[in-house]
Amino acid sequence: MPSLKDLRNRIASVKATQKITKAMQMVAAAKLRRAQTAAEAARPYSERMEKVIAGVAHGMGAGAPAPALLRGTGHDGVYLFVVCTAERGLCGAFNSSIARLARDKAVALAAEGKTVKFLCVGKKGYDLLKRQFAPQILELIELRGVRQLGFEHADPVGRKIIELFDKGEFSICTLFFSRFRSVIVQIPTALQIIPVHVSEAPGSGAVYDFEPEPDELLSALLPRNISVQVFRALLENAASEQGARMSAMDNATRNAGEMIKKQTLKYNRTRQAMITKELIEIISGAEAL
Amino acid sequence: MAAFHFELVAPERLIFAGEVEAVVVPGTEGEFTVLKDHAPLLSMLRPGVLEIDLSGAQRTRLFVRGGFAEVSAAGLTVLAEQAIALDELNAAELDAALRDAEEDIADAPTDEARRIATEQRDHLRELRAALQI
Repeated sequence: MPSLKDLRNRIASVKATQKITKAMQMVAAAKLRRAQTAAEAARPYSERMEKVIAGVAHGMGAGAPAPALLRGTGHDGVYLFVVCTAERGLCGAFNSSIARLARDKAVALAAEGKTVKFLCVGKKGYDLLKRQFAPQILELIELRGVRQLGFEHADPVGRKIIELFDKGEFSICTLFFSRFRSVIVQIPTALQIIPVHVSEAPGSGAVYDFEPEPDELLSALLPRNISVQVFRALLENAASEQGARMSAMDNATRNAGEMIKKQTLKYNRTRQAMITKELIEIISGAEAL
Repeated sequence: MAAFHFELVAPERLIFAGEVEAVVVPGTEGEFTVLKDHAPLLSMLRPGVLEIDLSGAQRTRLFVRGGFAEVSAAGLTVLAEQAIALDELNAAELDAALRDAEEDIADAPTDEARRIATEQRDHLRELRAALQI
């Protein structure tokens, strides 16, 4: 049976932890609002971009030789997984659910005899994947210390992907991130970015005039699209991370509250038992005289 | 004059969306004006001034850099890497853009990329001279 002092210490320490989780929850809530606005504000750009690319893909017709970024290289032996996760933990299942999705896909592909390479954006995903896939991880890109995600953070990642693609390191690229649905719901998502996934919705059917020539224009447009998709993934991720952290910390605060209640009850019971014991000792001592 | 739908989007946010009468777009092959029912067109942008002609005599001028303009039956969409209202533009921003362009030239992997980067820088220089800020 723990002594009164032990119980007191325990309650004090749980209370301190509760204060921390509560503060983290509030910080996450404040950051969430900003991250959510940023994610929502960035949606139009990537949506328009998709529309333009779909339009171009339809407009070019089947006859024209399309660049490899748009139609693929024709092989599917080597995959590149770009796994975007957070830099910090303590956000529930956020990091592990993204990593799990990537791992499951990688294992399934490996069983088919394909090669999978990884590019990790965010340290936590790297930590989770390195145990199993260390030799296949090409690089870790850390975004530590980034306060407000800007396009300039996503662009180097996009360029890196293009560089690897041009070197023939892989032929299909998939982006892993968590789509932000709401504070409670974040959906780990795999999005194929190379070759570009063009929705089959019929475009306007119009044939575009290109300025400059289609080759030159597409060779600028398609890499740009990659960066934009990465940027969008990072923003969605940032919002999801804060959402996940907020609910995780909310849970932790509630659990700490319950624990304090239980421990306080135990403390009071023990205290009363001690008093009763002492009283009995005094009374029986007096009777013995 | 008939109005058509125009959208100006930067990666961070939607900057402008609405009905306009005419837009002057700085394309790589020269400036062009888009009016209602323009033929479908896809063009790259060079750093320059985008002029939006709203209904009435209102005009908005923005500095845009890098990106694409798409004209389709639905209207005009400009996807700009950066867009700043002209009266908010200052020398420091332009200098930063110029520095970026110089860097692009320095680490261009191919001759073709270097040529494009050099063109971009020259446009920026011209613009800086023209605006006199």
